[in-house]
Amino acid sequence: MGGRDDAVEPGSAHITVDATGLLCPLPIIELARAARDLAPGTEISVVCTDLAARTDVPAWARMTGHEFVGEKKTDGGAVALTVRLR
Amino acid sequence: MTNRTLDAFQSGLADGWADPTRLHTESRRARQLLDSAREAIAEEIGAQAEHTHLTPSPHLGLERVIAGVYAARRGRDRIVASSVERDATLHAADYVCGGALTLVGVDHHGHLDLDAFAGELEVPDVALAAVQHGNHEIGTLQRLDAVAERAAAARVPLLVDATASIGHVEPPEYWDALVANPADWGGPAGLGVVALRPRTRWLPVWPEGDDWAPGGVNVPAVLAAAVALQERREQLEATSVRLARLVDTIRAAAASWPGVEVVGDPDSRLPHIVTFSCLYVDGEALLTSLDRAGIAVGSGSACTTSSLEPSRVLASIGALTHGNVRLGLHPGVTEADVDRLLALLPREIEQLRREARAPEIG
Repeated sequence: MGGRDDAVEPGSAHITVDATGLLCPLPIIELARAARDLAPGTEISVVCTDLAARTDVPAWARMTGHEFVGEKKTDGGAVALTVRLR
Repeated sequence: MTNRTLDAFQSGLADGWADPTRLHTESRRARQLLDSAREAIAEEIGAQAEHTHLTPSPHLGLERVIAGVYAARRGRDRIVASSVERDATLHAADYVCGGALTLVGVDHHGHLDLDAFAGELEVPDVALAAVQHGNHEIGTLQRLDAVAERAAAARVPLLVDATASIGHVEPPEYWDALVANPADWGGPAGLGVVALRPRTRWLPVWPEGDDWAPGGVNVPAVLAAAVALQERREQLEATSVRLARLVDTIRAAAASWPGVEVVGDPDSRLPHIVTFSCLYVDGEALLTSLDRAGIAVGSGSACTTSSLEPSRVLASIGALTHGNVRLGLHPGVTEADVDRLLALLPREIEQLRREARAPEIG
């Protein structure tokens, strides 16, 4: 929970943050911590079960100057929200 | 409530205790008090007394007016509403039309998408449109002249929820049905006001014979509400200018804090409401710490704050749904109260971010 998985899709600048089970604002905090040391262009998908994140992740991207890419439902009722760092 | 309002309430208890629907002397006196109070309220909100109804709550008023206007529009089954209406409006509307409720979105300030609204009304199956005057969460005032123009063009009656605005700004001009909340203008709780235009068709839905106040009206509360509204309106301009200036100060300060976003229209808004969202902050925790500090500085209730559950209004405008602070300034709030709050808030926000191990905001 709240872990960071850099091993997803080797070779591509894409990481996944597992924020399932966390309530807002914790998924956003996990996302921001993951984003801290990553290069521009990297994509981060944060997987959430708290549906407030569907609003909060795009709002975070807008407020911090990153780009919201989109959302996708995952197996098990969670949603993966993807941002591209700038 | 002010002293004048309390006095009115007390004289209502002394002289207006009887059932105004009966015929003996005390009842006639209660009836007279009720009628003159209704007239006073109607005049202040720009309605006609005979089409102004008192309900046991604004909530019930919304339900009954939605059900009654809907019933009078036989053959049309849809209701169209803005996505930032109160839950009470949307729940009642959805129930009354059996789920045939269409929500129209808003822009980032919370203004109704007028083209989409007009588009929904083009299909001739809409019984009723509901668009609020001022938003209770973010303060934005809708452009009701433009909204009403589109509703009138489609011949759809427009319900305007003015429960957050009357008593704080001039009452809205453009509506076919109007709902107001006396508690919001310094009157007693447990009372609602519904006004209809003479042209607005409405049918009773319930069998009691009185859809608006089944079981009777609380006469002392109506008297107090009338006096409170007159008092508010006498001071409306001075109060709203002063509070709007304090809100400007709060908006400017909050916007300068890192990771804080002020929401709602900066200009076309209720004068006394300001809302902002703080990145990485748990809203509940922030309110608890403010509450503690409020007691520590001993300023009583300078502001009323309320935390927002993940809010439909904030989601509709694309704002953060966490870390929200909504301040509703009552007329007694001073510049010193605001200064104290503005000194305290950034420290508390930073403290909570540290506790949550949130990253620095660059």
